[in-house]
Amino acid sequence: MDKVQDNRAWFLIIPVFLIVAFSAVVPLMTVVNYSVQEIFGPGQTFFVGTEWFEAVLADDRLHDALVRQIIYSLAVLLIEIPLGILIALGMPGGRSARTSLTLVLLALPLLIPFNVVGTIWQIFGRGDIGLLGATFRAIGIDYNYTSNSAHAWITVLVMDVWHWTSLVALLCYAGLQSIPPAFYQAAKIDGASKWAVFRYIQLPKMRGVLIIAVLLRFMDSFMIYTEPFVLTGGGPGNSTTFLSQYLTQMAVGQFDIGKAAAFSIVYFLIVLLFSFVFYTIITRTGEGERK
Amino acid sequence: MATIQFDNLGHSYHPHPGKPEDYALRRLSQEWEDGKAYALLGPSGCGKSTLLNIISGLLVPSEGRVLFDGLDVTRCTPEERNIAQVFQFPVIYDTMTVYENLAFPLRNRKVPAADVDRRVRQVAEALDLTADLKKRAQRLTPDAKQKISMGRGLVRSDVAAILFDEPLTVIDPHTKWILRRKLRQIHEDYRLTMIYVTHDQVEALTFADKVAVMYEGAMVQLGTPQELFENPLHTFVGYFIGSPGINLMPCTLGGDHALVDGIAIPLPERTVPAVEGRAAGRFELGIRPEFLELTRAGGAGAVPVQVTGVDDLGTSRLATVRLGSHTLKARLNEEQEVPALDAAVRFPGRWTKLYRDSHLVN
Repeated sequence: MDKVQDNRAWFLIIPVFLIVAFSAVVPLMTVVNYSVQEIFGPGQTFFVGTEWFEAVLADDRLHDALVRQIIYSLAVLLIEIPLGILIALGMPGGRSARTSLTLVLLALPLLIPFNVVGTIWQIFGRGDIGLLGATFRAIGIDYNYTSNSAHAWITVLVMDVWHWTSLVALLCYAGLQSIPPAFYQAAKIDGASKWAVFRYIQLPKMRGVLIIAVLLRFMDSFMIYTEPFVLTGGGPGNSTTFLSQYLTQMAVGQFDIGKAAAFSIVYFLIVLLFSFVFYTIITRTGEGERK
Repeated sequence: MATIQFDNLGHSYHPHPGKPEDYALRRLSQEWEDGKAYALLGPSGCGKSTLLNIISGLLVPSEGRVLFDGLDVTRCTPEERNIAQVFQFPVIYDTMTVYENLAFPLRNRKVPAADVDRRVRQVAEALDLTADLKKRAQRLTPDAKQKISMGRGLVRSDVAAILFDEPLTVIDPHTKWILRRKLRQIHEDYRLTMIYVTHDQVEALTFADKVAVMYEGAMVQLGTPQELFENPLHTFVGYFIGSPGINLMPCTLGGDHALVDGIAIPLPERTVPAVEGRAAGRFELGIRPEFLELTRAGGAGAVPVQVTGVDDLGTSRLATVRLGSHTLKARLNEEQEVPALDAAVRFPGRWTKLYRDSHLVN
């Protein structure tokens, strides 16, 4: 078959090219540009090669933040994904008032602005007036997220679970709803156990939405900034200082533009790498089940 | 394999059914023989799927009982009844191979591995799936997927019955024929009790030993394809089975005659005593186009008509005639001459049916 050659089609995608260029490529290249220069002020820049990258890679505080970040994101995924699946499995189906109510209740945390979430938890956890903090105090647990780094860390994690598990649950719920009833009936007739129904029908049918859920939750949690900033300000000490907060301190606080730019690029590459790894693992486990 | 009995079975989706129209399935008592192939035939919403789901145990009927071999199973799950069912759209386990799919119902029932292997290979052979056994089920065509669904039903040698819920909907017409032949053959080889739901009369008539015709929640007739054709007990059966369907004319009664628009048509002898002096109800006279004889006027029992057209159907011809205000169809054989002016039709007594309120009289 002869293909029609018509290069005018390129004109049609020019708008997209322009938008992508101005919104992504140009800013990213600016950062690349910064990352290889020492900047004292407007017009006073010197090329320094890979010096900033070397500094970033050797930065101990950054290593600590990275380790903290990885543990945090893994914890988020390990809690929110199974919990979200469980909630979705327990949600009522069909078109009933109960379904609508559950959906609205679940969606509520997603509608709250990030800094408000931080504020809510900051008050919630306070020992004097917060419901959670006061309750802990009343039953004799010495809970204080401003001085105890373990408490702070767990509070930030629980806050994220509270804020984002709904998203995973809603995505999984959508995946479950797309399964025709005949599948469940057939499984019943085939004598499948509840576990087998989950393992061979529900989980495979949710794979698509789970890829999205894992990637979204990974990227968001890996770049988390606002909520811990409002809740703990990264403390006590550096115990809840995650990568983006450290980056902001470097770029805005210390005005270390060159180093921060190098950091940004490394950060970006790490997110990209992890996302790629997750995506590959999930798609492969589905495909690779042939014996 | 099991004999299936319905004892005063009925189902309504209403909490407090009153009128007959409230019932998705109206009262029914019947016995279905072991090892036979049955078809449930009817248009959408006639209650055939409701009945099928009651037989399979996916739905608990609101009234009456279902018995398998005399045992009350009304409240048993499909598993407890040991039923297999094939659905309209192929149900396969995406992540498993074809082999694992077929083995799944057996493995769930802890059948020894050697028996599983033997049965799976046997069924795969019967359904032409042997070459695909190691492939992942997800990658197959819809036809092959539906064969897997059927295979999962057939693989269990001890099932009470296999139920098919319009299983060939997604299959292309040519493969449909092959698969139906295959099912028929499997039925003859294994003598399984099979129940097949469809809205396609050809499918029902070619597949089943006995066809149950459903209409508005009621089973209007259960019979062999021949019985349904020759002696429709309900006007709906006459209309739904056959192409074209039965000729029906509203009529009144006058002694041993039916009067259609004032034209007298002799009633069959067996019918006359049944309606003598009892003319209450809405009467209709019915005769299949295959049995309506087109002749010249003047013979005994010949009713003059006007021929308005003749369609050539290839193997036969179909004449359209007018009798009073009614249009009737009559099938002609190839050689038969069509009288132009003095045409008449004769109603052979054996094939002329009188219906009172849609039900056959006598």
